[in-house]
Amino acid sequence: MYEGMTGRTTPPPCRGFRRARVIPAVAVPLALLAAACSAPGSGDTDSASGDSAVSTSLGKGKVTLRMYAETGFPLAKALADEFTRQHPNVTFKVREDQFTVLVENAPRVLAGDNAPDVIRLPTMVDLVKDGLLKNLDPYVKAYGWDKFPASQLAQLRVDKNGQRGSGPLYGTGLGYSVTGVFFNKDLAKKVGMTRPPTTVAEFEGLLAKAKKDGVQPIVQFNKNTAGINFPYQALQNQFADPARVNDWVFQKPGATFDTPASVKAAQTIEKWAKAGYFTKDANAMDYTTMVGDFTKGRGLFMFNGDWESANLDTKMPGNVGFFLFPAETATGRLVAMSSPNTFGIGARAKHPNEAAFFLNWLHTDPKARKILVDVGGSSPGGPAGLAVPEAKEGSVLASTLRASQQLAAENGAVDFTANATGSIFASAITPELQKLVVGQQTPEGYVKAVQKEYEKELSQ
Amino acid sequence: MTQAAQGTTRGRPAKTSSRRTAGPAQVWAGRVPRVLRGTSRARWSGWLFVLPALAMYGFFVLKPLLTTFQYTLYRWDGIGPSQWAGLDNYRTVLTDPDLLEIILHAFVLIVFFSFVPVALGLLVASLIHRVTRGPLGTAARTVLFLPQVIPLVAAGIAWSWVLSTTGMVNQVLNAVGLGRYSRAWLGEFDTALPAVGVIGAWVLLGLCTILLVTGISKIDPALYEAARIDGAGSVREFFAVTLPSLRREIGICLTVTVIAALASFDIVYISTSGGPGTATTVPGLEIYRLAFAQRQVGLASALAVVLMLLVLVCVLPIQRLSREGK
Repeated sequence: MYEGMTGRTTPPPCRGFRRARVIPAVAVPLALLAAACSAPGSGDTDSASGDSAVSTSLGKGKVTLRMYAETGFPLAKALADEFTRQHPNVTFKVREDQFTVLVENAPRVLAGDNAPDVIRLPTMVDLVKDGLLKNLDPYVKAYGWDKFPASQLAQLRVDKNGQRGSGPLYGTGLGYSVTGVFFNKDLAKKVGMTRPPTTVAEFEGLLAKAKKDGVQPIVQFNKNTAGINFPYQALQNQFADPARVNDWVFQKPGATFDTPASVKAAQTIEKWAKAGYFTKDANAMDYTTMVGDFTKGRGLFMFNGDWESANLDTKMPGNVGFFLFPAETATGRLVAMSSPNTFGIGARAKHPNEAAFFLNWLHTDPKARKILVDVGGSSPGGPAGLAVPEAKEGSVLASTLRASQQLAAENGAVDFTANATGSIFASAITPELQKLVVGQQTPEGYVKAVQKEYEKELSQ
Repeated sequence: MTQAAQGTTRGRPAKTSSRRTAGPAQVWAGRVPRVLRGTSRARWSGWLFVLPALAMYGFFVLKPLLTTFQYTLYRWDGIGPSQWAGLDNYRTVLTDPDLLEIILHAFVLIVFFSFVPVALGLLVASLIHRVTRGPLGTAARTVLFLPQVIPLVAAGIAWSWVLSTTGMVNQVLNAVGLGRYSRAWLGEFDTALPAVGVIGAWVLLGLCTILLVTGISKIDPALYEAARIDGAGSVREFFAVTLPSLRREIGICLTVTVIAALASFDIVYISTSGGPGTATTVPGLEIYRLAFAQRQVGLASALAVVLMLLVLVCVLPIQRLSREGK
């Protein structure tokens, strides 16, 4: 191609011709538009094909369930394999993508002809509005999921106004994650930390002590997506009634991000950043680098979730601990971000009954529950009466499981602010937090920017 | 643009009319098999030969282009029902300060993606062309062209390591005692965009050099001889002979690289994802985000159309300038 371009013997094109080219460029699209193409999206929208009768029996026929899961987390595949071992007539066709890719693809994949039966769900409100997810209420009744602790599934309910927290159920969890603070035991000893901090002030004292002793206080990623939102929300949860955070995430009318607690949390993050508690290159550190640096002993604390427990136990056995972020006062209620590893059933799924059977199985089958703990690192959820499988004593997995139960007992679970709308994380929280930690945004400005984007997205 | 040159036979305009007019589409259409040259005798059979290519072109280039135009006029999340929005999406693109800042970033990248590679390419090409014949010349050309062969994603990953806090750039700075200048090049607001630009310059330098070397080798050696006899030094020779003779090649380099700068996506997505803040967010990335993450297909399409027009506005004058005077 380039040779034709550079041929110096070719004469210049005729001018009239060149001008003539412009006219069709403009005229053709307009003419075709005028020819009234139908508006996009007006085709078959509400085409839920799964009107088949609800059944709790698996049957004997051969079934292939399509599963769409997240790359980097072997849990879904491990559960699928075990299920096939127990029920050989059901096999899985698993497709995996990175989470951000999955979030972007989910609507189109669910709307397609080969919609997945079981799918890892991002924020679900838009999907429910577009009629792409199966209402699981019939299965709640059929399987008795109403006997699960109510708070376990509350985040997965969406009512007809698109508000989460109540209404029909649209998903269940492959494990129920909890977040908090991982710490390096060797470094903790070095800075004189003998027990997990019990107040925010005590935690800040440890940060200051570590800094003074030449230990990096926190390794936290903030590239691509804002990892500093973990400590930010951990603080925000403590500074006011966490129900207000949940209301905002669930899009309750009148809920706002612009509260004194949010500002105070932003001021604290700003203070920590200025004091050098985060690494200088936090904005250039991605998630993988953070976990790598933490396992190599390059930082005392890391804010993260129990999905890393099994990995950390392998990489730094005996040298890693976990605690829930402390309250403002030693007697305060423990609150932490905790959310199900959500999986739902596509409205156009070919085998919704088998998919629901699978979701019920993994909450109740002892083998499945063991896999959820060992591979997933999270509490398996399910009926309150079922025992949680034991993890090895002294492992961080055992600590995160205990924390999970403690949180459930205190009813202290809140959802991630990142899940409030489809793109609040990418459009506001991430860029604005990146600015906040280098002093390009003020705490007040941060809070207002997030609320502004939230309102913009809700108005669409 | 270049089809114009291909489609003419000894000065007569060709009869075929599968002219391309759209900016980004040009790149794609280049892959459609070359259209046969028409003569009045073979007019109809000519069309027959063109038909398969034309059908492909229509289906994969024109139709998506028209659909994009259509989407710009709606508010649509990509799945559910859409609402007529008229020109609202265009109004948003042209008035939203965030989107305007993003477009500005693309123009900053032109400096790195176009001016730097072309300037350096000219320098390197005029040096290299003295050794073009030996094995050394082949080696030099291969090395210079290598970045063009490496997938942009791989280049982006490799460079994000080189530019990281513990990467090669900072190691070198520390080694020569300039450690106080070391930083997370891609993670700081002031340096992120130039750092992305450097990656682009590295990728595109090879392409420019090869095009320019090819151009130089076509220059009549007699011109150089004449210049030397007239007592011109190598600098004078460069400005009097090489530069004017390379007008067309420079035009092509600028065209290709300006499009690469304005439509950049891969390098930015891999190395910074548009961060920190929005310091390196470019239109290509924002279109993708708007369409797939925010699910505002109409606004994303409007930004895409505006971007296409920007590409045309930038590229057409370059085409014109590089052709004049022939």
